Amino acid sequence: MTAHYLKISSGKTKNTHKMEESIYNIDKDGFYGDFGGAFIPEMLQPNVDELLESYLRIMDESDFKKELRMLLTDFAGRPSPLYFAPRLSAHYKSKIFLKREDLNHTGSHKINNALGQILLAERLGKKRIIAETGAGQHGVATATVCALKGLECIVYMGATDVERQAPNVARMRMLGAKVVPVTSGNKTLKDATNEAIRDWISNPADTHYIIGSVVGPHPYPDLVARFQSIISEEMLEQLTEKIGRPYPDAIIACVGGGSNAAGAFYHYINNPNVKLFGAEGAGKGADTPETAATMAVGSIGILHGSKILLMQDKYGQITEPYSISAGLDYPGVGPMHSHLHATGRVTYLPITDTEALDAALELTRLEGIIPALESSHALAVLNKIKLTPEMNVVINLSGRGDKDMDTYTSYFGFDNE
Amino acid sequence: MNKIDNLFQTKGNDILSIYFTAGFPNLDDTTAILQQLQDSGADMVEVGIPFSDPMADGVVIQESSHHALQNGMNLDILFEQLEKIKANITMPIILMGYLNPVFKYGMEKFCKRCISAGVSGVIIPDLPIELYIKDYATIFAKSNLFYIPLVTPQTPDQRIEMLGRESKGFVYMVSTASITGSRPNLENSSDYFLRVRKILPDTPLLIGFGIQDASSFNTASKYANGGIIGTAFIKAVKEVSDQVDYKHALCQKADDFIKNIRGN
Repeated sequence: MTAHYLKISSGKTKNTHKMEESIYNIDKDGFYGDFGGAFIPEMLQPNVDELLESYLRIMDESDFKKELRMLLTDFAGRPSPLYFAPRLSAHYKSKIFLKREDLNHTGSHKINNALGQILLAERLGKKRIIAETGAGQHGVATATVCALKGLECIVYMGATDVERQAPNVARMRMLGAKVVPVTSGNKTLKDATNEAIRDWISNPADTHYIIGSVVGPHPYPDLVARFQSIISEEMLEQLTEKIGRPYPDAIIACVGGGSNAAGAFYHYINNPNVKLFGAEGAGKGADTPETAATMAVGSIGILHGSKILLMQDKYGQITEPYSISAGLDYPGVGPMHSHLHATGRVTYLPITDTEALDAALELTRLEGIIPALESSHALAVLNKIKLTPEMNVVINLSGRGDKDMDTYTSYFGFDNE
Repeated sequence: MNKIDNLFQTKGNDILSIYFTAGFPNLDDTTAILQQLQDSGADMVEVGIPFSDPMADGVVIQESSHHALQNGMNLDILFEQLEKIKANITMPIILMGYLNPVFKYGMEKFCKRCISAGVSGVIIPDLPIELYIKDYATIFAKSNLFYIPLVTPQTPDQRIEMLGRESKGFVYMVSTASITGSRPNLENSSDYFLRVRKILPDTPLLIGFGIQDASSFNTASKYANGGIIGTAFIKAVKEVSDQVDYKHALCQKADDFIKNIRGN
């Protein structure tokens, strides 16, 4: 099995990148249609240029590919199973498969990107790693790969998230990372990202910023999508084995910034037989102020170095998002998703807190799998789309629910049973 | 002639530019601060457009932006304030802010209103020169509004040369790799200041980030045509927030600040 990006050869300078070979059709400035680019202050220009000039070359080196392959297999436990969920399928009268990213080491798809980027950072000679995190899944993945490589790790996390994802904070600290609670703004993922960017501006030479999603300035969205493309790459083979053809009829994934969806859609984006669905965190409802459903309520703008769909007011101030799920609590979506929404290739659906929570319990009771709150948003889409008995549907189960037990316990009242 | 060009032609050295956040400490302080800065002897001002997510700013400017937004500041109000005081202000005014509020307002409308409000230049840190040239340079040229670029110690020589060539007015030298509000020893950056001067011998240069008093301002004036002070000034005016004779105290504070920097 060979990852898509591993087939791409690249030149040494910006201009000779074979960006046309990226499946998401990025132009030379890093735009997906109207979205993307690198809207960065001059202070970040050298950092981003260094990455831009080297990422494809490094990812194409044989020792890089070999080490990444080894770590994905022996350290992270890939390939992740594609599980046919019989009772869930019977319930929805369709054929439903779960891509079990929840079974990866560290508990989510985030490890795919963290492993790729730590190898990249190592080859760029970086000694210090910074990251932002929302639910803490990316923070844990980054702290894990830093422990693996013996590199200093600083994770920025909104103070609100530090509280609601306490188990992940403890894991990061046990792994040796310094977790910095961020107290600006709404104290969530957006604010953590601002603080990580400020750190990177102040430490341009020795630090690599491991962005956890398909957001940020070009080349990050492309870089992260390529590292996550392993998800759909494995699906090609697993589906062939299970249903006799490499593609399903539909794929469903949740979208905060959009990295697990970018990976799950990657090899199917140009296959018109595959319907693609993204689940957004609607919070209390896309028609209420307490929401993170960017596709439903956002407009075009610039945040964190990229032109994307954004939740903002009439003067371009970013609206504080809300979702019960810390991983979806972000006021924008990555440029590729902004573009896929504009072209209509992917259908994005807002899923409320309650719908996600109910879907989590349903999966747990039908299949014995406790999903992450983020992934539960994808599961809830089953109630929103037309399903038939002939359809093969893949849900990307991006993470496991251990970190959300407090939320589940208080919502379902398990502490009072 | 653009007021910025005029300033550097008539007064080559010791140029003092002050940054402050529009609408801070109070919504209508913008005009009083502008007038006082001019009367006290500042050569130029940078009026900060507050943004919810100022990613290149330290805590002091972050908080001033947050308060300004809570006070209700927005671009429409800022332009109205500037228009009101336009006749009294002879020094160049530069607007400095992040791209999203400007983008959302519409660049064409923004430039038009800048000109009618007497604004001479714009600094948008997260609008790189390549994207400025691609999307906005013609709009700026039409309005005789200057796009002021930043250079940093990490900027390669060739890029410094290009930034100087493609922009107008002056080049903003960020003193060290940092966000605003840091306190570096400027002398440690002397090689970099001299390198930029050598690459851009005829371009006016101002140093910003890390200038907070007379001594650091003098260092900036030694290596460039002058300096830009932001965080230290905002800290000073923040102190007067709850005085009885507020407006008077505010102006007094601004006056003391400038006199202190000028060393008189």
